[in-house]
Amino acid sequence: MILVFAERSDDELYRQALTFAKGLDRGEVQAVGIDDPAGYSPDGWGAALTQITEERGPTVVVGPGTDRGNEVLAHVAARLDLPLAANCVEATTGDPLTLTRVRWGGSLLEQARLHGTPALLTVAPHAVAADDDSTEIEPIDAPPTANVRVSEHSATVTAGVSLADADVVVSGGRGVGSADGFSVIEELAALLGGAVGCSRAVTSAGWRPHTDQVGQTGTKISPSLYIACGISGATQHMAGCKGAKKLLAINPDNEASIFASADYAVFGDLHEVVPAISAEIRKTRSVGGASGGGGSPR
Amino acid sequence: MKILVCVKRVPLTGGKMVLTDDQRAISTRHLGFTVSPHEECGVEEAVRLIEQHGGSSAVLTLGPPEAEEQLRDMMALGIDRAVHLVTDGEEWDPQATAQAITDAIRSESDPYELILFGNESADAGNYQVAIRVAHKLGLPVVTGVKAITKQDGELRCEQEVAGGRDVYAVPIPAVVTVKEGLNLPRYPSVPGRLRAKRKPLETSTPARPEPRLEMVKLTLPPGSGKQAEVLGSGADAAPTVVTVLHELGLV
Repeated sequence: MILVFAERSDDELYRQALTFAKGLDRGEVQAVGIDDPAGYSPDGWGAALTQITEERGPTVVVGPGTDRGNEVLAHVAARLDLPLAANCVEATTGDPLTLTRVRWGGSLLEQARLHGTPALLTVAPHAVAADDDSTEIEPIDAPPTANVRVSEHSATVTAGVSLADADVVVSGGRGVGSADGFSVIEELAALLGGAVGCSRAVTSAGWRPHTDQVGQTGTKISPSLYIACGISGATQHMAGCKGAKKLLAINPDNEASIFASADYAVFGDLHEVVPAISAEIRKTRSVGGASGGGGSPR
Repeated sequence: MKILVCVKRVPLTGGKMVLTDDQRAISTRHLGFTVSPHEECGVEEAVRLIEQHGGSSAVLTLGPPEAEEQLRDMMALGIDRAVHLVTDGEEWDPQATAQAITDAIRSESDPYELILFGNESADAGNYQVAIRVAHKLGLPVVTGVKAITKQDGELRCEQEVAGGRDVYAVPIPAVVTVKEGLNLPRYPSVPGRLRAKRKPLETSTPARPEPRLEMVKLTLPPGSGKQAEVLGSGADAAPTVVTVLHELGLV
């Protein structure tokens, strides 16, 4: 039997974990969710999942690769002193279980053997497509005596479109040169109704707040179009934008590694290219917006 | 306060990763080294907490002899002393790492009040060492923290979640894992670097147990296979770019 931890802070990732579990073998899959009116408690939920694991004796326990999925499974692993493989993209049951998991935010894959029963796994986001199956989630109680628990929640009010949800993201890297240099990036983002992003070099320099960072240690984005301006394409950055459907890279160095992942390339200094694109968009719109035949005014 | 920050030496990867011939590591012949980004913020936070509340700070790593470089770097930023658990360069799995760190923490005569980790290491990303250490020490643990405030005998820890922030009140002593964005780390000063050379560094060589999460080999994910369409150079590319934006339905 395979036990799935129904951590549903992101329902899509939970359903992917369920699909992953069903693909492991033809055995029974049971999904359990924690019923905790007092709110989230990492170790309290870990204790509850540990107890159900001990009672039912699954061969594998699978959780989603969400923050809470990884956290609760780690508490189970610590309590049972069992190995845990986080963010798996593939697994094959056996003795030992063999698996492939992501490293470096997805820039590298690790093939590994997991020596322990039950095998504890979390599933990397988007490793599998969720099927439509609706396995019933059985609620289990969490112990009331957890020592660490969410005691308050404050909602963030974001003005405009958020980086994670934006359909277009325009980002600047080291090539922007200064905090003030971002005015051209902001202008283009505003014209496209998109959000402004940046690379880690920019947040480390203090030019933009960390909330703008796209990357392995920043926000993971999946816009229809990502415009990367003056960004070299370090793996740290690419780990955050690989979900983008189309990537336009603007960089003066035509050997920059970002071009290996780009759909469209413009060679040149962003301080010349980006204002010219903004001006061209304004020109297009001022002649009626619906200028067919490719949109560039003749 | 007495604070410990645990860090890991990792290569500064550029745009492209190259593996060693045996496929068990990244080829680092042309790379520099650093600590994981989240951990840089952990070190900065420790230095700020000590500046604010007084006390002492230590940095700990489990890693090869060369990791002394990172320990000195962290001491250059204001950490008082270092503990180096020296390995032969072979990778340790999360359970073995947590046990070695726990043993080192227990050997302190005066216990730490706060033990900081990065939320996950930049390279292996196992998301579990801190939680294992907390369980072994019987301490509370909060992960992924982006703001820490000390008030009385408690830490107020804020975590970013979808749509806002969750707040945890954690009694001290505690284990906390942090994420980048917690603060903006300072750069080392020249006097800081000079002082770091003379700060105390203790070493020990724990024995590596058999891994239970056993790395077999590393592989590169399949490339994008993309061949970028060149839209032009300089400002002259703008009309073609706008044509593409139009085709994508964005203007």
